[in-house]
Amino acid sequence: MLRLAALVLITLALSAAVNAAGVPRPVIDIAKPGQCIDTPEVMRRTHMDLLKHQRDKTMREGERHSKVSLNGCIECHASKQNGSVLGGPDNFCQGCHSYAAVKLDCFECHQPKAGYKAAGGKR
Amino acid sequence: MSEVTTSRRAFIGISATAAAATAGFVALAPGVKLMDLAQAHADSKGASSKVRWGMLIDTTKCATGCSDCVSACARENAIEPGSGRPAQSSQWIRKIELKEKKGGHRELSLPMLCQHCANPPCVDVCPTGASFQRADGIVLVDRHICIGCRYCVMACPYQARSFVHEPLHNQNPEVPRGQGCVESCTLCVHRVDKGESPACVESCTHQAMLFGDLNNPQSEIAQRVATVASSQIRADLRLDPGVRYQGI
Repeated sequence: MLRLAALVLITLALSAAVNAAGVPRPVIDIAKPGQCIDTPEVMRRTHMDLLKHQRDKTMREGERHSKVSLNGCIECHASKQNGSVLGGPDNFCQGCHSYAAVKLDCFECHQPKAGYKAAGGKR
Repeated sequence: MSEVTTSRRAFIGISATAAAATAGFVALAPGVKLMDLAQAHADSKGASSKVRWGMLIDTTKCATGCSDCVSACARENAIEPGSGRPAQSSQWIRKIELKEKKGGHRELSLPMLCQHCANPPCVDVCPTGASFQRADGIVLVDRHICIGCRYCVMACPYQARSFVHEPLHNQNPEVPRGQGCVESCTLCVHRVDKGESPACVESCTHQAMLFGDLNNPQSEIAQRVATVASSQIRADLRLDPGVRYQGI
């Protein structure tokens, strides 16, 4: 009984130690850093609302010159390593989303890499 | 009092014209008239209900065996053949070869794509509102709310829609596409919004495809439609397609 109590105490102490240190914050690798729309604090909390509002404006009303643009985010914030916002813990979108444990499904349809050149009609 | 109102109206009218002219000159490119810009260029304002985008396809110029439009569409919209299952890959535009059995055995060939109907049945049947029509007549699928039920595929009399069966990669950033959604020709809406033509029209070396604003009497397409006999496929369904064919 005493042994079991000791074991429980040790486990609790260990988990407290881990909590005190916290999960390490992601270190993001960005090719062209800088502030485009708002401060990082505001963007962390509101980017999803901004993007959701603008996606409807762009798709349904054809408004394509907004500062808020998923492609715009990707063009600057893709990593230097692989030119993408996905790929590992230091990529802009994936790094933060795995830190916050939020599912990221934009890129099932959207292109996560910067610098794509559309082919166009002419060969 | 009424005099003041009149002059104020006139003033507002003049200022608006001046503002439009200034904006026009800024974006004016060689060969682009101010008229075109005001009527058809949806660049900054977005889709306008004054515009009705359409296409006129001259089947007498369309060459049998040529599929430049199909490959240009695939390049621009990053449509790759499925993994070894061509029957499952998306088809936004296809070539159809026709042969008249009687008479002189006349043969003709034409591209078939989403007809961008004014009364689209795909929009009528969509249970989520994902299938929609822009103010300028372009019919699109909102993939954010498409549930992949494929009612629209069944409803379309032109068989213009495809379902994406497999995960996709390397999309054009301006043309997001993905598994589990229905899709069809977008009339290259991302290019049209920039003032360009659809990729298929640009690629046609036989000048068989003409793109433009059917509502603008000054546009080449409206003038051709007004002077040359053209028809809509299955006009009896009264869907009023924006794509018209000449010589069928």
